[in-house]
Amino acid sequence: MSILIDEKTRVVVQGITGGEGTFHTERMLEYGTKVVAGVTPGKGGLTHLGVPVYNTVAEAVEKEEANAAAIFVPPYFAADAIMEAADSGVNLVVCISEGIPTFDMIKAKLYLKANNCQLIGPNTPGVISPGKCKIGIMPGHIHTQGSIGIISRSGTLTYEAVAQVSEQGYGQSTAIGIGGDPIVGLKYIELLEMFKKDNETEAVVLIGEIGGTAEEEAAAYIKAEFNKPVVSFIAGQTAPPGRRMGHAGAIIAGGKGTAKEKMEALEDAGVYVAKNPAEMGTKIKESLG
Amino acid sequence: MKIHEYQAKQILSRFNVNIPKGEVTDSPAKAREIAEKIGPRVVLKAQVHAGGRGKGGGIKLAQDPSEAEKLAHDMIGMTLITHQTGPEGKLVKKIMVEEALDIDKELYIGIVIDRAKEAPVIMASSEGGMEIEKVAAETPDLIYKEYIDPATGFQGFQARKLAFKLGLEGNTLKQTIKFIIALYKAFEASDASLAEINPMLITKQGDVFALDAKMNFDDNALKRHPDIAEMRDLDEEDPLEVEAGKFDLNYIKLDGSVGCMVNGAGLAMATMDIIMLKGAMPANFLDVGGGVSEEAIKNAFRILVSDPDVKAALVNIFGGIVRCDLVASGIVKASKELGVKIPMVIRLEGTNVEEGKKILEESGLEFYSAGGMEEAAEKVVPLTGQ
Repeated sequence: MSILIDEKTRVVVQGITGGEGTFHTERMLEYGTKVVAGVTPGKGGLTHLGVPVYNTVAEAVEKEEANAAAIFVPPYFAADAIMEAADSGVNLVVCISEGIPTFDMIKAKLYLKANNCQLIGPNTPGVISPGKCKIGIMPGHIHTQGSIGIISRSGTLTYEAVAQVSEQGYGQSTAIGIGGDPIVGLKYIELLEMFKKDNETEAVVLIGEIGGTAEEEAAAYIKAEFNKPVVSFIAGQTAPPGRRMGHAGAIIAGGKGTAKEKMEALEDAGVYVAKNPAEMGTKIKESLG
Repeated sequence: MKIHEYQAKQILSRFNVNIPKGEVTDSPAKAREIAEKIGPRVVLKAQVHAGGRGKGGGIKLAQDPSEAEKLAHDMIGMTLITHQTGPEGKLVKKIMVEEALDIDKELYIGIVIDRAKEAPVIMASSEGGMEIEKVAAETPDLIYKEYIDPATGFQGFQARKLAFKLGLEGNTLKQTIKFIIALYKAFEASDASLAEINPMLITKQGDVFALDAKMNFDDNALKRHPDIAEMRDLDEEDPLEVEAGKFDLNYIKLDGSVGCMVNGAGLAMATMDIIMLKGAMPANFLDVGGGVSEEAIKNAFRILVSDPDVKAALVNIFGGIVRCDLVASGIVKASKELGVKIPMVIRLEGTNVEEGKKILEESGLEFYSAGGMEEAAEKVVPLTGQ
């Protein structure tokens, strides 16, 4: 098993004819992802990269039975694209776009809730269940199928974790970038709940960073409910307060959201906390040893 | 993005938030004129992006226009040091000259986005004039909160609840309700990330004013607010950061001696952290982004080495979609063109890593190679001379 996506996932790519959409759709097809449709308003009827293009997501779902959407559209149109996907009836939306205004995301999340649709991102590398399906921009070839679940707010730091875990001889069940923005779709707790039920997953790497309280909320959940080993690293131990560290959500504001607070909360929940980012892989081995 | 107090007050007054009479100027003579018009008693306030101005001498009361001119003369051009400016302080270029009001009470009103609740929250407190973080830590029950339902918006009853909890009455109560509603409108309409009125002043006559005003904005929404984007004051920012911004590089100047160049914000922070764990401190945060081009690497290098505090550099690239061989040739080209002289540790990993390493080795470039980020940090720290 795996979570969120597998070999049965049928993907519609919104913004498929754009530069980013084209480049990453090719990579997803190479990986074996079933990209069954693309959407670019006004370009319906075309075939792009061998994939049929539709004007609306609703049409793509109706004609090609897509059940997941990947979004590669410019940030000011992305919230609209998320809502269109939710309206079409897909179960999962993965929004890669970076730079969406916070108020747009607040509204999009309300719409997702009303339409019972799950969102990964925005500002994320996406999600991958190695050997089965990849929706996103991560390099497929560094992943191997296996038993470690990975949840992260970062991109390349997630690849680092994948490499370290692989070096210790473990593959990944599913690796998810939840996104670097202040308001994102699924967060740690919802994903940990899925990993808890997933038989393939034996342990989880939870990669956090400064800003917000999502890691503290995850720690409380882990302490009360989670029954598999968790390894964690929190990026930004040296980050100064009040400065946005690349990601829109990575900021210590009003003295809140420090790496120290998060690490203490996770340690208190029995999580194997790596102070050193080079020790995520060895900590996984230790946690399963 | 941050703006000055006078700019925040310009925005707020458009939404009918009550602000004291006043004007901004960079000339002592003009300060006198303003005082003659709205005074005689006026308050002079240094316009810098930092709190704690009063204690640092950045807020002064003048009894008459000639004192206003004299104080303005001293204040314009001074370097103001507060607990938020750092020891180097900030140059005061402009001041606000505002009518001096008779203070009865100082309250607090602030609006931010609550990330856990995914909604804006309005906070009100009777403990105005203090840092709200301190009130939150010491007497959290003195902060009243109302969350805004994004579907229906801010409701009148919520403003009334806050105003009654603040213990206000009569005309002051009515003015405060209007004030809070107007402030929220300004917050939402301008895609703000923070709107803070501290203090919200109640005069002896019972009138309500925004005595100070602080607004920050969602950088991702600035394109739809060109009038606000124009308010950016580059003099308030680090010159290297401004330069990096021109090339879409995320660069933040820090105090250490190891210059870092990394792809991805999370990995960049992790690289800074591991440098600290190995005994040195990072000189900067630098995320060259997902689409690392040769040009981006060149500019990143140029900015990184123009910081005189940098004694050694650590390059940490995890190639994904970006190929390591492209990154490697970018590094070689950039360091040759720029004549980079500081010692450099390079860690490459991911797509086409072998080809990348080969390019580096055959380039004749002097550098130290590292297999992992831990080895890279261990190698770079001694190179700083620490």
